[in-house]
Amino acid sequence: MAEAIEAVQASQPTTWAGRFLDSDVWASFKRSRLTMVAAFVTLLFMASAVFAGLLSPQDPFDPAQLELMNSRLPPIWDAEGQMPFMLGTDEQGRDIFSAILYGLRISLAVGFLGVAFSATLGISLGLIAGYVGGTTDAIIMRIADVQLTFPAILIALLVDGVVKSVLGGQLDGATTLSVLVFSIGLSFWVQYARTVRGSVMVEKNKDYIAAARLIGLPAPVIMFRHVLPNVLGPVLVIATINLALAIITEATLSFLGTGMPETMPSLGTLIRIGNNYLFSGEWWIVAFPGIALALLVLAINLVGDWLRDALNPKLR
Amino acid sequence: MFAFIIRRALQAIGVLLAVGIISFAMFRFAGDPVNQIVSLDTPAAEREQVRRSLGLDDPVPVQFARYLVQAAQGNFGISYQFRQPVSTLLAERMPATLELAICATIFATGFGVLMGVYSGLKRDSALAKLFQTISLIGISLPTFLIGILLIYLFSVTLGWLPSFGRGDTVRLGWWTTGLLTLSGLKALIMPSVTLGLFQMTLIMRLVRAEMLEVLRADYIKFARARGLTTRAVHFRHALKNTLVPVITVVGLQFGSVIAFAIITETVFQWPGMGLLFVQAVQNVDIPIMAAYLMLVALIFVVINLAVDILYTIVDPRLRTTIRQPA
Repeated sequence: MAEAIEAVQASQPTTWAGRFLDSDVWASFKRSRLTMVAAFVTLLFMASAVFAGLLSPQDPFDPAQLELMNSRLPPIWDAEGQMPFMLGTDEQGRDIFSAILYGLRISLAVGFLGVAFSATLGISLGLIAGYVGGTTDAIIMRIADVQLTFPAILIALLVDGVVKSVLGGQLDGATTLSVLVFSIGLSFWVQYARTVRGSVMVEKNKDYIAAARLIGLPAPVIMFRHVLPNVLGPVLVIATINLALAIITEATLSFLGTGMPETMPSLGTLIRIGNNYLFSGEWWIVAFPGIALALLVLAINLVGDWLRDALNPKLR
Repeated sequence: MFAFIIRRALQAIGVLLAVGIISFAMFRFAGDPVNQIVSLDTPAAEREQVRRSLGLDDPVPVQFARYLVQAAQGNFGISYQFRQPVSTLLAERMPATLELAICATIFATGFGVLMGVYSGLKRDSALAKLFQTISLIGISLPTFLIGILLIYLFSVTLGWLPSFGRGDTVRLGWWTTGLLTLSGLKALIMPSVTLGLFQMTLIMRLVRAEMLEVLRADYIKFARARGLTTRAVHFRHALKNTLVPVITVVGLQFGSVIAFAIITETVFQWPGMGLLFVQAVQNVDIPIMAAYLMLVALIFVVINLAVDILYTIVDPRLRTTIRQPA
């Protein structure tokens, strides 16, 4: 008997990477070709955002590198296209490809920071609501209910508008970025809070929590060290899908003219700028940032859909 | 059931009060209302007088009560950028938004139900797979990209449809309508499709799932056994039973359609409330933002309440199951 147990234990991979490669999640990932493509595209976008400086032929934010001679060039496969402007240039002679890489960087930065902020807020409030219960729980969940009545984009727009009016005047790029992260975070926390609260309600009645209480651990330690790791699975799924939503929300706000300024454009800002040239025939100024945004969001959504199915055995 | 309706009504009033507090806080504390009225070189004494005439030196709860009473009477103050009462501005633009939202909803429901029934009945056909792909794209693509794509196709390349505005409108009392002129109808097509696409995919998925479920039910087997035609089974028996949740979702989504009209109206420069709201956010026009928030909250709450009450009348089983997606 003991030998059998040892044999099973020996066949189990011990390192973290080994355990990951042995898991159901990895097996399901290898089975789904569409997910592999989507994950590859997502990683490619992230890598090009990180290495934007190395990959792009020019720095689109450096006016010294822009020449009006090069303005409104079509993409390279057109007869009038010129190297190194693969996807053409805009009115100021800015290379569209470089602008997309730098824009991607800002879109992803806002997306990740927004998700991180909303997840932190939502998880903390959900933990507190679920663990403490009573009036605290009721107040937090009522706020969540009210907020869930409204679409996230409306809340993001409102928060954005109000924060800007409180700060007043013209804001620089970095401040605008923080305002966007703040408004996106405030509009997406509800889902995390509800999910975490639900799981906490189940977890807190289990024996290990009773044991942790018995040895006298303070509530915050129990909440974050003991309960939190056990409710993180669904949070990961929500975070992936919300990354796509946060990127769309940022792009929408920038498109509406209340997001990133033209001096520090995200993909949404690039689309807004390009939209002005739609009628004069320069379709590439809006088309390529648009395609980049659509591909990025679609890829992240596909990965998120797969992750939801993979982490939830009930759906299989 | 009576207690249920009362509880829901109280909740609705609670939501409205909460939104009222937020809206009042924005109005009162985000930017000083006095500064928006007087000019830069107005002496302090005169500012003080304006402050008192606006009632801004009263205790905050008194101001809040006054704000609520005025809001209930439709008085939301004066817009900073237009120097006109906000209620007039909103009333002028409401017909445009409502017409757009209603057309989008009709488009979404019509096509969503058709596509959903088809892909529910022939789930493995090529067309059904195509519908599934369209629905994935419809959910992934941001609204404004769809709008730009349509403009590029139908206005720039083909020149069939106008890319902005409402076309010619006809005035019926205080309501302006674009439904009675050819240019007005042409101008409606692309914005309605853009706005309705997301709802269409939602309804299509819902109808498909419901059809698949209903077709397995015993009464369908019985109808077949009775020798009814396939057509009668599918449309008289199956479809009818999928429509209750569809009507609910269409109702609940109508509020979202009005809110999402903000984006569509900006793309197509549609002169509705959403465009007014975006301009207000850009120019920090707090009274318009606060009033729009209150108005949208009212629409949402009324629709939710109406749907809740209809539930209990039509089908008590549905009372707690359907939730609105974020």
